[in-house]
Amino acid sequence: MATGHEAAAPSASEYIVHHLTHLTSTGHKQEKIIDFSLANIDTFIFSLAMGLAAVLIMALVARRVTSGVPGRLQAAIEIVIDMVESQSKAIVHGDRSFIAPLALTVFMWVFFMNAMDLLPLDLLPSLWQTASGNEHAYLRVVPTADLNGTLGMSMGVLLLMFWYNIKIKGIGGFVHELFAAPFGDKVFLYPFNLLLNIIEFAAKSISLGMRLFGNMYAGELIFMLIALLGATATWWGFGLHLIVGSVWAIFHILIITLQAFIFMMLTLVYIGQAHEGH
Amino acid sequence: MNLNATLFAQLGVFFILAWFTMKFVWPPIMKALDERVHKIADGLAAADKAKTELAHTEKKVVEEMRKARESATDVRANAEKQGAHLLDEARAEANRIISQAREAAEGEAAVAAQRAKEVLREQVAQLAVAGAERILRREINAQVHAELLANLKAEL
Repeated sequence: MATGHEAAAPSASEYIVHHLTHLTSTGHKQEKIIDFSLANIDTFIFSLAMGLAAVLIMALVARRVTSGVPGRLQAAIEIVIDMVESQSKAIVHGDRSFIAPLALTVFMWVFFMNAMDLLPLDLLPSLWQTASGNEHAYLRVVPTADLNGTLGMSMGVLLLMFWYNIKIKGIGGFVHELFAAPFGDKVFLYPFNLLLNIIEFAAKSISLGMRLFGNMYAGELIFMLIALLGATATWWGFGLHLIVGSVWAIFHILIITLQAFIFMMLTLVYIGQAHEGH
Repeated sequence: MNLNATLFAQLGVFFILAWFTMKFVWPPIMKALDERVHKIADGLAAADKAKTELAHTEKKVVEEMRKARESATDVRANAEKQGAHLLDEARAEANRIISQAREAAEGEAAVAAQRAKEVLREQVAQLAVAGAERILRREINAQVHAELLANLKAEL
């Protein structure tokens, strides 16, 4: 059904809406904006698979790592690790025994999840429709184009911000900072300080998740629009699909890497800020 | 863009993956990288050391060559001197032997000449006597003239 050639071909908007609907645990489209009684199975499966792929490749390298002449895979992983290590060293001043590996995980994981965008748009959904026997089955394969996926990670960063604030400054120090910074340690300024700090934490973590989600969602949407060109089943549509699709996919290689890098850097910056008092 | 429980699952996966990386990925690779840093530093230091050692050795080689050349010159001079000495000695020895041999030969020749002279004298005397005998056979009586003959022999 995805090619648009069948008798009961969906309209363009039906095609896009179908591709933007998650495979949920209930099997139906989620109706309410926020509903914690169900989950997106596709996002969970693919993010877990990509996470495992990323860390297992790295674990494979780590198991056979040599300080002598490295192989190509080891050299590639070493380049990433070296980049993460130097960035984390420059940004976070303190114990980095968890933060640096965390940044590495975030970079690799987000990169792998973003890279799902480069798979042919209908490949996995149509395979799933064939496998499940339901030709209307929903499936979205890019976990970072799901707000749950990106906000889940940014909530993790938020928890780490709290954790490192408390670890470095103590509970009393952190609470004091919440009330006394940034305007000053005056009683009548406490509400404003607290309000601003809450806004700051919320803005940081929501923008972190939203940025990645927005980029990947938009990228996925453009791939769908390009696919609709081919679905016109004309020579010009096919040619444009080929050319524009290639251009966008090549450009997307930059985007997926850049977004992974940005997510990692902001994770480091936010956790690094937790290490510094106002 | 609906929110649901996936968010919490993702949160859990986030920490588990980070923990896994911290535990099993980061330490061995960082250790290998640090080890390689040390290896390269050691290698560079060793190369520097080898370079200075090489320069030192080259200087030593030049010095040894110079010494060897000098001693070779000495040896040659000594050998020449010794050779000349040996030649002189041999020459003197040869001269000595030659003169000795000549003396011996001269002595022998003198003795032989003397002996020949004596033999000759005897024979001449006998011949003279024999000749005289023939001449005087009948006139001279050997017994009578024996004394005369003996005197003659002595004179010859």
